[in-house]
Amino acid sequence: MRLDEAFRAAGRRPLIPFITAGDPDLGTTLELIRILDEEKMTAIELGVPYSDPLADGPVIQAASGRALVHGVTLSTVLELACEARRNGVKTPLVLFSYYNPILQYGPQALITTAAEAGVNGMIIPDLPWEEGREIAESARVHGVDLIPLVAPTSRERIRRIVSDAQGFVYCVSSLGTTGVRSRFDLGVDDFLDTVREWSPVPTAVGFGISKAEHVRRFLKHADAAVVGSALVREVERAGEAFFDPARREEALEGIRRFVRELAEPRSTVASRT
Amino acid sequence: MTVESIDHLQAGAPGRFGNFGGRFVPETLMTALDELEEAYREACSDGEFQGELKALLSEYSGRPTPLSLAERLTKQVGGSRIYLKREDLNHTGAHKINNTLGQGLLAKRMGKRKLIAETGAGQHGVASATVAALLGMECKVFMGEEDVRRQKLNVFRMELLGADVIPVTSGSRTLKDATNEAIRHWVSHVEDTFYLIGSVVGPHPYPEMVRNFQRVIGDETRAQLLEREGRLPDDVVACVGGGSNAIGMFTAFLGDSGVRLHGVEAAGEGLDTEKHAATLTKGSPGVIHGSLTYLLQDPHGQVLPAHSISAGLDYPGVGPEHSHLKETGRVRYTTAEDREALEAIRLLSRTEGILPALESAHAVAEGVKIAAKGKPESIVVICLSGRGDKDVESIRQGLEGEGHAVG
Repeated sequence: MRLDEAFRAAGRRPLIPFITAGDPDLGTTLELIRILDEEKMTAIELGVPYSDPLADGPVIQAASGRALVHGVTLSTVLELACEARRNGVKTPLVLFSYYNPILQYGPQALITTAAEAGVNGMIIPDLPWEEGREIAESARVHGVDLIPLVAPTSRERIRRIVSDAQGFVYCVSSLGTTGVRSRFDLGVDDFLDTVREWSPVPTAVGFGISKAEHVRRFLKHADAAVVGSALVREVERAGEAFFDPARREEALEGIRRFVRELAEPRSTVASRT
Repeated sequence: MTVESIDHLQAGAPGRFGNFGGRFVPETLMTALDELEEAYREACSDGEFQGELKALLSEYSGRPTPLSLAERLTKQVGGSRIYLKREDLNHTGAHKINNTLGQGLLAKRMGKRKLIAETGAGQHGVASATVAALLGMECKVFMGEEDVRRQKLNVFRMELLGADVIPVTSGSRTLKDATNEAIRHWVSHVEDTFYLIGSVVGPHPYPEMVRNFQRVIGDETRAQLLEREGRLPDDVVACVGGGSNAIGMFTAFLGDSGVRLHGVEAAGEGLDTEKHAATLTKGSPGVIHGSLTYLLQDPHGQVLPAHSISAGLDYPGVGPEHSHLKETGRVRYTTAEDREALEAIRLLSRTEGILPALESAHAVAEGVKIAAKGKPESIVVICLSGRGDKDVESIRQGLEGEGHAVG
């Protein structure tokens, strides 16, 4: 299923969960992908661990650190995506990686491998629009969408960034790094409405979204909500339980309940005006 | 990654030095970088701003700094004549103040009253705290917990100057991580906060702007030597961590093809060990702290920790213009080990009565090697970027470790 189809599909939840690949280990990540697929997410973001995640707050930094200890790399995450597809996972998969691991892998090689692995999109948080033109073009040719980010500070940049967007546009809810927030800026609704008005593709909002209440609030102004740190923290809390055969199933079901409680599936096909 | 494979990355685009440089930061910061660049360009062509900066450099920091002929050192080495550019005689004891005065005035001009800075050894942190006090601004300095421990006196100095020192506990708890944390703080407070970067690193326009605030080093040196000797030097040597004193020194001589330029990185415990900070010698191109440049990394693009006895050179990246100057071959980049830097400190202290910073000692070590092989009529200029008072404890431990009698 393509990203734009998933945003419209009835029966899918308007949620994009983020998990760090390899936290707590690759086997568990694969199981988490299965559960998120069963729960009909709009897309699943797979975080590639990085030594210097400068857009991330403490929760995802720590998850990244745990995954790196297991030697998880961009290649491993691509193999993981492949395996998820072999297991029948249908939900769109979006790779989330800082730019340097991509640069070392080779952007062209990554795009072809990602397309073969069944990856639908890529988010590169430290690759702004200006620096990403070439990658966006070749990704498009291979059917992989380079998802652009817009922030409340983007102002006059918004129109240019969303003009040729593919897949969806990722709206950063507020200033700062990823992580749970207790409140959001007052101007965020106007910002989201502006992006939605100008974007040719659906919009998703992320950064700081941790509760059903946040999701409800933001879905009035965007087509999906990204839940990252809050979910990663649930995975972290379950911790050792994933490695205990007696408690593993319950830990996985705990994650299922967590995402279920965040949002109901869309009841009708979403239309864009 | 090979150099060839980055050729398609918009070489020649704004903010590039050949293939290197650029802006690889979260979208949240892009507008702030545009605003900074615009304010900087305006300031460059504003006589009042330039006049104010010039006055501070001379009346507050004590510029021009002397260019001293090191007679006893020259005699002992027995080769070319050695001159020292005395950046150690600046206010706060290093070249860092040239840049913090410039950026501090720019922050004031932009109406921002909150400064943040990263620091390794604490020299840039002290220079930032100093300028914040001078201009009546708030200042937060991010410093790796490991460096906070190594540089207790500088932490106290910054606090005396009214700055908040924020220990950084992520990653390797050194300069690299302090920089990450400063960027994270900036992303959260970008609307009222000015990020005062301490070297020629980071996203465009920082490498260019910091170079231009530091180029006074080389401009003065060139004029001083022409006046004194009626000629240009044969060799110019400077240490390279991020590389701001080196770029500041080299810029004036880039067009003088007869002047050989040498950048000296820290080889730590040796280039064949994992404990070094020789980014240009042993690293490869990639992205760190918003810039495409050489860095120390593993094959998967994870940044590797650097090591040097000198906290100011203990950095796995390097300014993008240095990467470009390496590729073009205009500058020769080499290294000095911890023990060579310590030896150079003893030598300079005893022959000239000058205690150099551990960083600058790397340049002294290489400069002495070059002079020893040179002709008596040749001239070697060494950039003495800072004084060594801050390093006395590390030097004592280092020399004792080497088995030297210190007394």
